[in-house]
Amino acid sequence: MYTLSSKLKLTAIILVIVGAIGLVYGFISTPSNEEELKELLAADAHGEHGGEEHHEASATTEQHGETADVAHDESVEQHGETAHGEGEHGDSHMEHVLHQFQTKPWSALFVSAFFFFMIALGALVFYAIQYVAQAGWSPVLFRVIEGVTNYLLPGSIIVVLIVIFAGTHFYPWQNHELVEEDVILQGKSGYLNFPFFVIRAIIYLIGWNVYRFIATRNSIAQATASNLTPYKKNFKASVFFLLFFVITETTMAWDWFMSMTPHWYSTLFAWYVFASVFVSAITVIALVTMFLKKAGHLEFVNDSHLHDLAKFMFAFSVFWTYLWFGQFLLIWYANIPEEVTYFIIRIEEYNLLFFGMIALNFIFPILMLINSDYKRIPWFVIMAGVVILVGHYIDIFLLVMPSTVGPYWSFGITEIAGILFFLGLFIFFVGTGLGKESLYPKGNPFLKESENYHY
Amino acid sequence: MSSHYEAPIREPLVTGEKTYHDISVEVGAPVLGRANKTWYVVFTLALIAFLWGLGCIIYTVSTGIGVWGLNKTIGWAWDITNFVWWVGIGHAGTLISAVLLLFRQKWRMAVNRSAEAMTIFAVVQAGLFPIIHMGRPWLAYWVLPIPNQFGSLWVNFNSPLLWDVFAISTYLSVSLVFWWTGLLPDFAMLRDRTTNEFQKKIYGILSFGWSGRVKDWQRFEEVSLVLAGLATPLVLSVHTIVSFDFATSVVPGWHSTIFPPYFVAGAIFSGFAMVQTLLIIMRKVVNLQDYITLLHIEYMNKVILLTGGIVSVAYITEFFIGWYSGTSYENYTYLSFGAATGPYAWAFWALIICNFVVPLTLWVKKLRRNILWTFIVALVINIGMWFERFDIIVIDLSKGRTPSSWAMFSPTFVDIGVFIGTIGFFFVLFLLYARTFPVIAQAEVKTILKSSGEYYKNLRAKHGDD
Repeated sequence: MYTLSSKLKLTAIILVIVGAIGLVYGFISTPSNEEELKELLAADAHGEHGGEEHHEASATTEQHGETADVAHDESVEQHGETAHGEGEHGDSHMEHVLHQFQTKPWSALFVSAFFFFMIALGALVFYAIQYVAQAGWSPVLFRVIEGVTNYLLPGSIIVVLIVIFAGTHFYPWQNHELVEEDVILQGKSGYLNFPFFVIRAIIYLIGWNVYRFIATRNSIAQATASNLTPYKKNFKASVFFLLFFVITETTMAWDWFMSMTPHWYSTLFAWYVFASVFVSAITVIALVTMFLKKAGHLEFVNDSHLHDLAKFMFAFSVFWTYLWFGQFLLIWYANIPEEVTYFIIRIEEYNLLFFGMIALNFIFPILMLINSDYKRIPWFVIMAGVVILVGHYIDIFLLVMPSTVGPYWSFGITEIAGILFFLGLFIFFVGTGLGKESLYPKGNPFLKESENYHY
Repeated sequence: MSSHYEAPIREPLVTGEKTYHDISVEVGAPVLGRANKTWYVVFTLALIAFLWGLGCIIYTVSTGIGVWGLNKTIGWAWDITNFVWWVGIGHAGTLISAVLLLFRQKWRMAVNRSAEAMTIFAVVQAGLFPIIHMGRPWLAYWVLPIPNQFGSLWVNFNSPLLWDVFAISTYLSVSLVFWWTGLLPDFAMLRDRTTNEFQKKIYGILSFGWSGRVKDWQRFEEVSLVLAGLATPLVLSVHTIVSFDFATSVVPGWHSTIFPPYFVAGAIFSGFAMVQTLLIIMRKVVNLQDYITLLHIEYMNKVILLTGGIVSVAYITEFFIGWYSGTSYENYTYLSFGAATGPYAWAFWALIICNFVVPLTLWVKKLRRNILWTFIVALVINIGMWFERFDIIVIDLSKGRTPSSWAMFSPTFVDIGVFIGTIGFFFVLFLLYARTFPVIAQAEVKTILKSSGEYYKNLRAKHGDD
């Protein structure tokens, strides 16, 4: 029986508190009107700025406004604010920049919230797949995975609250004035309207958590059951969950990410988001398994299980890259104006992150995890895992930031605070989740196969 | 590889009280025995179809592409439809032999040999189309980057049609090597079992002197694993590249980022349907019901359900994003309201019914385990997946951006004849294969006999499984 050590609990609480303070600071320190914004931009022009060199080169706010225009036009288009005429550009520009600055803490909050939430969700999907596939190697890990998914409930509630309350910070189509001027957005209002958006979010929330509840309940019931009824129930539940998930994940990606730039669309998008969700989750399962094994709680897990997890990390890193490249190549190749804006802002304003992510998410994992022997060495897998997680944090960062704050992104107190806050929360909930039940999933019909598993 | 212990709740993969010897005898029987009359009848029919198709090809090449039903708007129709359809069919073979090997699915062992054969024969059919649909096929070698006397004039590496050349030729060669290495122990078995001197000689050559030493087996397994690891990304990338033929364009309906994974899922979907079609007949004809059991058929139906589900999600995505994009052109694409009601509505609904509605019946366990129904569904899917490619190609081209160039397509007898010819050619090859090759990887089936055979499972159930 595992118990979350008081040291770890304390660490988690400290992380949450420090993170919360940082986030509050982030929200307070946003400029509340254009005067403050101008001061901020002037200060930024002398100091360091996360953006491109031309931001730093501009000595005055006025110049800054102008030089940023080129890049800014892209993000204007992204936000669908095509209605702005040339004449009123100056004023509306500052208004727009102010809006982007005010969005920064929201985005920082959302990136971290979604990043940790998607780990719990992805772990749940992995769990369901193991059930449906009747995998013989993984049942020894079931309690670990159940523990990781313990974060699903708090994580999903927070994420849903953020997307509901973010309003026009994230979703320009929630701005009525904007929609009135924009024929394209009006055409989409059958799907992109606030009540339906909220209803969908709540359906996802309920569906995912209900499966998690049923699955863990049955899995625990199986430990004391005299027959395989709970197992069979779980098998069925997992099949229907996967069906539900593939549909809700698709619409979730459209709702929460794609509609941040409501003019832009890509059919692959949802599957691309899924790849990120899935590979991060498997990585965390591997990391938690190694942690518990090291602490002596998982004697029945051997290095073959680790080997398999590392293979999944490897394979789905490649899979993620495949989808990333598929989407990028097709849009780059055809170069259709409506579509390329998405990548133009990412390449121009986020160049290092955008391409650096490929190194972290693809090149590092394939070089580190291709060797069979290395996949059995915990510290090696941990190293690869950390790189993968950093890479996918950047991936989520790049899904959100360019669409919401445009060129005015930074990685500072607020963003780090977001990570710390949710990391603390994640450790706390996963730790307590792991401590609820014995880590040995007694009664599973494939348990013996799994314990004897050697590769 | 994996441990030999197997959970008792797993159903047996080899039924009956088989010994190693039984496996050799039963797998060897169709090769070492004689063909019956039915085989000759079917073979003759396939041969006639093939020869007819060959005639159509020769007619096309010697007369000109104009003998096909193509027009200036629709420059690709049956040719590329058939190409993509055949390539797609081939994918299940690699999926079964490579991806299922990586996932350690023991049930693949009874079906992988025939699935791979199917791959190779299907890719051969597919490979015909890129050549014969050329206006000047005798200059086809110009697609290769060979130094030459035109100031070393090279190809442009930006075209997905060139990527196709590399993809398909690599795919065929890797599949062939993968298949052949797997065949070595089985050819050796035939070499050792036959009493006919001529056969002994032939199988002696084909088996490359395989003697089954420990070191050989060790390397054999290693090579299989490495090839499986290479074939998996290969199989994904090959159909991805095929999908790029359309997706890199700016044609409404073709330009869609979901095409790469969606085509791959569709390929596996149609490929498995073809495997079902072939194996359901074969297990009966050559008496291999104990190896290709109902469980195998059910598993394959589950893969069909899975990939069919993925394809359905892609259909919905295409339909939704077509609307969501707000682009008026998207209303004429193959999955749009315009297509459902337009002149090609029959093709649209054929796609929906064959690929979405009918496969849904496989959710019912009784139907999933019903061989006749499986056979029907598999045939329907093969038709449906042909329509998917036809719809993507022809419907999207027929109503492009300029209404003045809208057109309809109707095939000529030559279009149809070439397609029938490839089906004939495919069956010629497959029927010859079924008579001369060990259709089940007996060496592999022997490795699971004691863990997954019915007899041994019963023994364990009786005496405990420790």
